[in-house]
Amino acid sequence: MDLNFTPDEEKFRGEVRAFFKAKLPEDIRNKLELGRRISKDDMVKWQQLMYAKGWGAPGWPVEFGGTGWNIVQQHIFEEERAEANAPPQNPFSMKMLAPVMQAFGSPAQQQYFLPRILTGEDWWCQGYSEPGSGSDLASLRTAAVRQGDHYIVNGQKTWNTMGQYADWIFCLVRTSTEGRQQQGISFLLIDMKSPGITVRPIIMLDGEHEINDIFFDNVKVPLQNLIGEENKGWTYAKFLLSHERSGNAGIGACKRALKQLKDIAAKQPGNGKPLLEDVRFRDRIAQVEMELMALEITNLRVLSGYAKDSKALGPEVSMLKIKGSEIIQTLAELKMHALGHDALPYVREALDINWKGNAALDSHYNAYAPPLSGQYFNYRKTTIYAGSTEIQKNIISQMILGL
Amino acid sequence: MEFDYTEEQLALQDTLQRFISRDYDFDKRKSVLRSEAGFSAEAWKQYAELGLLALPLPEDLGGLGGNAVDIMVVMEQFGQGLLMEPYLSSVVLSAGLLAESAADAVKQKLLPQIAAGKTKVALACYEAAGRFDLAHVACKAVQKGGSWQLSGRKSVVLDGPSADYFLISARSSGAATDADGVSLFLVPKQTKGLTVTSYATQTGARAADLLLEEVELDADALIGTAGAALPRIQRAIDRGVAALCAEAVGVMDALNKATLEYLKTRKQFGVAIGTFQALKHRMADMLMAAEQSRSMAIIAAVHVDSGDAAERSRSIAAAKAYIGQAGRLVGQQAVQLHGGMGVVDEHMVSHYFKRLTMIDITFGDADYHLGRFSDTLLTT
Repeated sequence: MDLNFTPDEEKFRGEVRAFFKAKLPEDIRNKLELGRRISKDDMVKWQQLMYAKGWGAPGWPVEFGGTGWNIVQQHIFEEERAEANAPPQNPFSMKMLAPVMQAFGSPAQQQYFLPRILTGEDWWCQGYSEPGSGSDLASLRTAAVRQGDHYIVNGQKTWNTMGQYADWIFCLVRTSTEGRQQQGISFLLIDMKSPGITVRPIIMLDGEHEINDIFFDNVKVPLQNLIGEENKGWTYAKFLLSHERSGNAGIGACKRALKQLKDIAAKQPGNGKPLLEDVRFRDRIAQVEMELMALEITNLRVLSGYAKDSKALGPEVSMLKIKGSEIIQTLAELKMHALGHDALPYVREALDINWKGNAALDSHYNAYAPPLSGQYFNYRKTTIYAGSTEIQKNIISQMILGL
Repeated sequence: MEFDYTEEQLALQDTLQRFISRDYDFDKRKSVLRSEAGFSAEAWKQYAELGLLALPLPEDLGGLGGNAVDIMVVMEQFGQGLLMEPYLSSVVLSAGLLAESAADAVKQKLLPQIAAGKTKVALACYEAAGRFDLAHVACKAVQKGGSWQLSGRKSVVLDGPSADYFLISARSSGAATDADGVSLFLVPKQTKGLTVTSYATQTGARAADLLLEEVELDADALIGTAGAALPRIQRAIDRGVAALCAEAVGVMDALNKATLEYLKTRKQFGVAIGTFQALKHRMADMLMAAEQSRSMAIIAAVHVDSGDAAERSRSIAAAKAYIGQAGRLVGQQAVQLHGGMGVVDEHMVSHYFKRLTMIDITFGDADYHLGRFSDTLLTT
């Protein structure tokens, strides 16, 4: 039992920190720090800088062009990334599609697609949920029918994140209606430029365009874009979800948010003294910090346990997802509450980094204030996406507890 | 970073698990509870033979030089088996405090005896009016020539009735809540002017209140420097808290195991009650609470011997607060999910529940330690 980082790991941390300091563009850093919108261009530019350093894919094995970092190195990297206000990489490409492609894709698929993710050339999005298939994902109905050397895809995907920027979408499609519904699902890669695809924005409760409906109207997809075997897609889908959830603990992001919360609470007024000196508010910060302290260790225990036994990620990641999503929500809630009445103004243009202030609000509205209420509203998604908290508890009770 | 126990620690764990299943099952424990002493002298002897009583003591004094993680292994099993012996009070708290603070002659005399199971020492550092505040010491120590005279009261001294000696905090200078001016004395039980009133606690373990009426002590009864004992007592209690955290994790695991078993076997409406989603989710919450608590117990064990006092205090407070809250959830829900079986004395669940509840209150409850942790936010 040892919670200390080794000298090598500390050296690694120094190297990561120095890289962020030297290479992260100032304008991108500012956007992250102040919670302003970042563009696809920002994320692609950052991906290219990471790639140039040889860190295009921190979580991948070396054979696919990844860094081959172990769990602790990845943890350190993620902590430093969040602390430095560097953007996260596109999770759909990096943490969802790539592990599936590496485990189940053909050599041709691996050789074509993976390098294009590394260089930032391809932006991937996810086609999982459908209007009638949320928690009951396996009931999905978007159909792919073989016709010569193509599938013809018809249907609708929803809650698609950032598909408006995507070059490609990976989709779960129904290729058979026989047997159990899980048995007729396939995993398909679809070019977003294909004729017959329509992207329709869904505006979220914070007023932002982050998610979309995607319609498929007789979209032709080459047979070679199938991952693995036809009708085995559910296996790949579950594999993907366990990888997605393992990243959902979001320790780095939570630590960064906690630090920001403390900074804000130290600056905001609270009945004649800094809000941080208000015991009732401070105890709420302490409460969530304790949960995060525990999760940081639980996260490392679970992930290093898998790594040690060379096992695929299992149902324990559901615990990480539940706790991590609840913590980031609580932090967002407290940041909003820290603002007092300054949580009320909705200044949409303030989410642009070039916003120069607003005469009506300038006397009291701090630079960190504009995104915080929207973040709170937006983050209600975290206990819903990637399998809701209730679905995760079903997984825990079935897969771990045997209930 | 390393999150596994060493092979030696796993062997220790295995030894204790075998001891519990062989010599300390529920029925055996019941008879221990009913006994005069409230613990098993026979088990205590076996702990001595197994080296448990020497575990944290320094090697040059016949100890095994174990660290806080070794203690974590032991205390987790104390929780799993609800062992009643005065390990926490005598070995973790008192022997640790003596090893750190006492003069060589005292250490050489007492520590090997503690390790051999022949002597037990209890720590008397709380007073009724001070609640959980170790600095609140109204018990007076007056120096008279070469000797000391102690007068005052100490409350709820864990395992006091079976102790051969007491380590007593008394004020040699300053006002009743000053951090400075607290001194520590080693007082044999059979000392004139010392009255020990014994009673049972909620878990069946025994405790005592001490009344000191002009207790005359030789100069060498003073342990460490006069007036400067508080940081050392605080460190000892922090070690005790880390041990309690580990014990709580053992209790939570045992409760979760029992509850899961019950959910799978108890049938109502023609099916196992564990098929009901309301109960499945509750059980998932209990599992997460136990896993998060284990992480906190690890943090406590790893940081309790840290030379960085702020880091130590912060970790210990967070762990105790978290585990107090999580233990409340696990304990209450284990009883709830057991239905009527959860509220009867004859079922082990109620005993685990009571222990978990008392662990929360011992050495400061969740609110107290949340406050202690919360206050560190002002300085970090």
